[in-house]
Amino acid sequence: MSDFYIILTGTLVAIACGILGCFLILRKMAMVGDAISHAILPGIVMAFLWSGSRDSVTMLLGAGTLGVLTTIIIEFLHKKGQLQTDASIGVTFTWLFALGVILISAFTGQVDLDQECVLYGEIAYVPLDTIILSSGRDIGPKALYLIGSVLIFVILFVSIGFKQLEITSFDPEYAVALGISATLWNYLLMAFVSFTTVASFESVGAILVVAFLIAPAATAYLISKKLKTMILLTCLIGFISAILGYYLAVALNASIAGAMATVCGLIFAIVFTYIRIMSKKVTKVTNLESAKA
Amino acid sequence: MWENALSFFDFDDANVIYVSLGTIILGAGAAVVGAFTFFRKKALIGDAIAHAILPGVCLAFILSGTKNYFLLITGAFFTGWLSIIAVDYIVKKSKIKEDTAIGLILSVFFGVGIMLLTYIQQSGNAAQTGLDSFLFGKAASMLVQDVIVFSVISIIVMIMIFLFYKELKLITYDKDFAQSVGLPVKWIEFLLSSLTVLAVVTGIQAVGVVLMAALLITPTAAAKYWSGSLSIILILAAAIGGFSGVSGAFISYIAPNMPTGPWVVMVLSAFAIISIMFAPRKGYISRLWQQLKNRRQIQDENILKAFHQIAESENSFDESKSIEKLREKRYYTIRLMKRILVRLKRNGYLKRSKEGYYLSDYGQRKAARLVKLHRLWELYLTEYLRIAPDHVHEDADTIEHLITPELEKKLEEKLGYPEVDPHNSKIPYD
Repeated sequence: MSDFYIILTGTLVAIACGILGCFLILRKMAMVGDAISHAILPGIVMAFLWSGSRDSVTMLLGAGTLGVLTTIIIEFLHKKGQLQTDASIGVTFTWLFALGVILISAFTGQVDLDQECVLYGEIAYVPLDTIILSSGRDIGPKALYLIGSVLIFVILFVSIGFKQLEITSFDPEYAVALGISATLWNYLLMAFVSFTTVASFESVGAILVVAFLIAPAATAYLISKKLKTMILLTCLIGFISAILGYYLAVALNASIAGAMATVCGLIFAIVFTYIRIMSKKVTKVTNLESAKA
Repeated sequence: MWENALSFFDFDDANVIYVSLGTIILGAGAAVVGAFTFFRKKALIGDAIAHAILPGVCLAFILSGTKNYFLLITGAFFTGWLSIIAVDYIVKKSKIKEDTAIGLILSVFFGVGIMLLTYIQQSGNAAQTGLDSFLFGKAASMLVQDVIVFSVISIIVMIMIFLFYKELKLITYDKDFAQSVGLPVKWIEFLLSSLTVLAVVTGIQAVGVVLMAALLITPTAAAKYWSGSLSIILILAAAIGGFSGVSGAFISYIAPNMPTGPWVVMVLSAFAIISIMFAPRKGYISRLWQQLKNRRQIQDENILKAFHQIAESENSFDESKSIEKLREKRYYTIRLMKRILVRLKRNGYLKRSKEGYYLSDYGQRKAARLVKLHRLWELYLTEYLRIAPDHVHEDADTIEHLITPELEKKLEEKLGYPEVDPHNSKIPYD
């Protein structure tokens, strides 16, 4: 049963991250996603100090606030501060992450968090922390419900705002002409990236979140021409990575999150190589044809 | 705590000296290399390298079974390098953009690293303890030999940058030119990448994987607001990097439960934020102030011109003009108009009478000069650029605020001190 819970959690994280990741990649904001996944640390710590527990809703709010704040700071440094984009991303997320670690150290006694847990999580512990109803029935792991509900919200968000997200990703100026606020949808997307990251934190850690945000979507981006196909493919790749990653980790007796990220990378490498070979073949054929002509 | 602080500066503890020196050198080394990646618009590649080092360290350990520094650094260097090549290759050979490639490589390499690290940890090899200090950096607890190894590498990096300064500068700012004068661009890029990887390998000791990017990027992000010259920026960045390094070590010395790396980054970020906001000329506040001054100057000059134009059409140079009349020429809000008039009076351009304001002698001369510049420019546009007379007004309206006395003289000479502009209005001379 615990195998099933771990793979299911991994899959849900992969799908939630993958859907958002598609939009991040299309907006050339992959590194902003990476930055947010680190920068929400102080938000989590403050939410923790505020509520005194690992209460999920407060944590989600804390992380969401920090996620939007990160985006605002990056934009401010870039537009008003005249700092190039990549540098403003780098300065912002390292600063906020450092702040988070300092807060953890300052309130060691009160905050039951450590940066290793935040960085690479431990999905293996997911099945241990289950919800037991008052009737004594065990209805499965807590983490599963948390990421499950976040996934439902992500799917709702993307299906309601699909048109807006699509247009603001591909052609922000056209979006503005249609009266769609590119800024609003940008911040909404970033808030959802933060929710997903924090919901996945405890189970899989920041690194797997980033891997799931970027790698499956990048792989799907290589082979799809339509946004909807890309999203579906991303989900499929995420699912496969979760399964194979789990069994790789079991075989090596190593970190499950690490193994899932490794499989994501392997799938990308295979698809990338396949595309390279195919495109070489195509150029060969066209060369031959043009030679004949 | 304060006794602690003072004992830090006694430097009685040999370890304190080593750690302080070490963090200064590591900080400065990373900052100097980072400046080049920064200006090549590849600031985040450092983040990818920092994450990619982990699998190399683990692989070296698995293959050798010992914690030999030289082997671990070689492993780190190898995968760090591999990450740069992988990012470049993906960007070059597919439609994937650079930011996606960096994120992909860093997360996947780090995932592989974590997998290997946990594999090593459960394998029960007693020598493995401390491998994860490669992850988080433990500057304050560095041993003397660690400090020496990493400082030496860092110093070598700085010497190489010093020796190849000219070449590195050239490929940073103008790669095509470097290529055309026959510089071995590929080799210099190889050198720079190698130095970057080395700086990351050593810098991680001070601040850890996640914060390594700050050590590379933030010093330059702060320094670039104070100077336009690369050599000065490099020196400033090195100073900021070194100072932040030792501040972090100092803070975690006086408050032992405080982590070194994050404090190094906090000090660095403080430098960056202060520079971005408050640096003279390039800082945000200073630029806002400059914009405000420019806007006021343009408003003032427009109103002075309006005075002249009204006086000219009514032949009433010494009479007062009412706000309503001025607003017919320049439609500013009444509040703004009043503010401008008060400002002009304070600066001696206007005098006040019962019916309104009138130009002082000084203001009269200034207004005439503005009108003259406007009309000279209109004439220049029609005569030399063959633009139709009804199309030149807007352009002249912008440029009249910017023409310097030298340019004014040139225009007058070139046009031969003309009497009238293209609309047959008289050009006023002193």
